[in-house]
Amino acid sequence: RASSDGKPPKFQPPPKPVIIDRKTQKEEKRFLSPEFIPPRGRTDPFKYYIERKDMIQRRKVFNIPEFYVGSVLAVTTADPCASDKSKRFVGICIQRGGKGLGATFVLRNVIEEQGVEICYELYSPRIQAIEVLKLEKRLDENLMYLRDALPEYSTFDVNMRPVPRMAHEEIPVNKLQVRMKPKPWSKRWERPKYNIKGIKFELPEHKMKAAQKWSQPWLEFDMLREYDTSKIEEKIRKELSEELEK
Amino acid sequence: MALLNRRLGLPLTHLTSAVIQRQFSVTGACRAIQKLTRVRVVDNSTLGNTPYHRPPKCIHVYNKTGVGKVGDKILLAIKGEKKKALIVGHKMPGPTMTPRFDSNNVVLIEDNGNPIGTRIKTPIPYTLRKREGEFSKVLAIARNFV
Repeated sequence: RASSDGKPPKFQPPPKPVIIDRKTQKEEKRFLSPEFIPPRGRTDPFKYYIERKDMIQRRKVFNIPEFYVGSVLAVTTADPCASDKSKRFVGICIQRGGKGLGATFVLRNVIEEQGVEICYELYSPRIQAIEVLKLEKRLDENLMYLRDALPEYSTFDVNMRPVPRMAHEEIPVNKLQVRMKPKPWSKRWERPKYNIKGIKFELPEHKMKAAQKWSQPWLEFDMLREYDTSKIEEKIRKELSEELEK
Repeated sequence: MALLNRRLGLPLTHLTSAVIQRQFSVTGACRAIQKLTRVRVVDNSTLGNTPYHRPPKCIHVYNKTGVGKVGDKILLAIKGEKKKALIVGHKMPGPTMTPRFDSNNVVLIEDNGNPIGTRIKTPIPYTLRKREGEFSKVLAIARNFV
């Protein structure tokens, strides 16, 4: 731009480039299994420390892969009454519960038009192998509504091949909206208490509005319910990385 | 038709057209099996699969407690007759590592333990294999195990 003075415009240095190192960012967000995070309470943290040591011991011997609610897993367990002494079950993980060594996950599948759910303990010595066939997340942390959804959303082929995944890709979020069987359901999933985003509600408008009567908008601002796990998580991540390198 | 099926809490394909006009609400399926629970017969016997206007109901559980779990024998009222049956799966969550089914499943049985049907398509839990002596014939006709 020619200035009004007739002098050349003042030199303006170009803006400094901002370098975002994606690799270090990804390392920071490495996956920490939810059962490592201790629940809020008055128990001595030493108890959780000992439990974590046992969990790490088990993980050194047996590989527990990273998986989320909504991923399809195949679990082989030892069983004396089965032929070949072991049995394999394929299903979608609908819930991950429990903390510490009692951590469980529930797999659901529909076999021969019969819905079957099995609750497995992650650290049980009876489990021989856990294989992740499809690693993905869903819109909710709890997929119990699949019991009231059409059976096609819970059917997975028993001989499904594992879906290949690149090492540094982000975990895909399946934004599938599931269609439900006609009411009554086992729980009133349209109520805001469950906060479900993965259902395509085909209910009339007045029913959806009536469900909002049970909303508790003050809950998210309740300070006594806050549980900030970021610092605890950092400590546990450090512990884990140290122990697993040994 | 699908709406009525869901309201009655069971896959009732055997309802006759005369009854479809009636609309009544019913409790959901019971979790473990006790007296008056409606059950689903899973073998291919004629008694279990022919349509009737009333679902098969449990009238007695052969157990010290009145609650039937997998592997217990119960007395069923089907089509106006009494028949013994074996529980092969229920809606109640059991010990971890055992399967939990979406319906209360039952296999019709004679008094001596022989099954009436010839094939069981629905999956059966492996825990029944422990009692091989009593249920060997039922396990022989089962196709899938979970």
